[in-house]
Amino acid sequence: MKYAYYPGCSLRESAQEFDVSVRAVMERLGVEIEEIPDWTCCGASAAESVDHNLSLALPARNLALAEKAMPGLDVLVPCSACYLNLLKLQRSVLADKSVMAETNALIGGEGLAYTGKTGRVRHLLDVLINDIGPEAVRRKVEKPLHGITVAPYYGCQILRPYRVFDDPERPSSMEPILEALGAAIHPWNMGGRCCGASLMATHKEAALVSVGEILRAASAPPGGHDGEEAGGADVIATVCPMCQMNLDAYQGQALRTGGADGAITVLYLSQLIGLALGLPAQQILLEKNLAVTGAFREKLVHPRELSTAAATTA
Amino acid sequence: MNTDQTLSTHDASQLEMEAICKSLQPCMQCGTCSASCPNAFAMAATPRELWRLLLLGFADEALAAGSFWMCSSCYTCTLRCPRGLPLTEAMAALRRLAARCYPEKTGTNATFYKTFLDNVRTYGRVQESALMTSYFLTMKSPTLPFAFLPLGLRMLGKGKLHGPSGTQKGRLEGMFQHAAIQGDRP
Repeated sequence: MKYAYYPGCSLRESAQEFDVSVRAVMERLGVEIEEIPDWTCCGASAAESVDHNLSLALPARNLALAEKAMPGLDVLVPCSACYLNLLKLQRSVLADKSVMAETNALIGGEGLAYTGKTGRVRHLLDVLINDIGPEAVRRKVEKPLHGITVAPYYGCQILRPYRVFDDPERPSSMEPILEALGAAIHPWNMGGRCCGASLMATHKEAALVSVGEILRAASAPPGGHDGEEAGGADVIATVCPMCQMNLDAYQGQALRTGGADGAITVLYLSQLIGLALGLPAQQILLEKNLAVTGAFREKLVHPRELSTAAATTA
Repeated sequence: MNTDQTLSTHDASQLEMEAICKSLQPCMQCGTCSASCPNAFAMAATPRELWRLLLLGFADEALAAGSFWMCSSCYTCTLRCPRGLPLTEAMAALRRLAARCYPEKTGTNATFYKTFLDNVRTYGRVQESALMTSYFLTMKSPTLPFAFLPLGLRMLGKGKLHGPSGTQKGRLEGMFQHAAIQGDRP
């Protein structure tokens, strides 16, 4: 199994822990990834707001580079925003020949051209579920995450507007993977709720409302349960650097506005997988996350025995 | 010469506005978009109201309402629209149009996106520390940097702030020039 790897800018910046943990986990799972040579920004959420031409040319350049250097390989993308930009471009050029001509005219200056014919654009989660599979992950688990409850957070752009590998209204694709790691799932309906994205930079007060609602729902006991085990999630799992930053970095401000207190750990799915596969915390850069709670670290160091966890759940 | 340029810009924006309105034509005002929008509470006109203004020809009012600056591109409205309209794309098209043709109504809303793309143009890959610095400088707001100061300090502590990397510097200059010559088209 081999993929052309598009890390995207964030994974070289504030989301280094996402890049490093994806590489470490893929290696452990026997999946080969090769970085697209000379890649550049995909346009992020800004290009479409400023210039239509650039919203075509920026993602196209990267796909053309992948097609040239690694023909036929699927492009693996961990960042949800990069994933959607690349996927949207591929779908647009395949659907409309005039868009393809327009796009190739824009990137032709470097001698590049994109046909879109080979190599699908794949999100990390899609590859984990459909190519690698939860069973293959389970077989490699060395330190199961027993006693840890995870709130799976999908965000927007892997779910919408294209229905690719999950139900956009009731996403659940992360659950088989998390179960394979030995973790419990926090039942909630906020997994596909928007984190506010770049509004955090432009209209922070609005984004903080969304972040506050998501954090409170993750920390709240699920309905209909009570007792010691019903304390809400220990950690939110994300697959997008923008979501991770918004949920991780603004907890104080978001929760103060809403009147709740307490912080919650927010990790990349690949970091959780890494921990369960037995990788040391330094190797998945756990120290880079802003809000890792003492309670979560304690659970990592002293995992609950399977029998106890099973007995309490039952 | 000047008059010609103004006229052609005006015509281009007129055409773009017409294209946006055409894409919204089948809207039946059911309000699914507004009910689904996580940011509707912060908009002067809800998405449904925005489409209505545009379709009734109140383009100036729609641009003044500025709701499209509050769209976080979550695509929930696009997913759920019973008419299958490209609503998130319409929001982005309105942002482009407003920033280019009606800067006086846009205020500082377009600054972040513009600064972001300038950063991409310079460095090839987004350099976050340099981006936020330019953003604060362009916004000229004395309070804005302080809203991000606690985070900045924590990120500094985590080794996440640094000078810009030059590996891809200037890599995209040719593409940006080419895109500018081609002119923005919807």
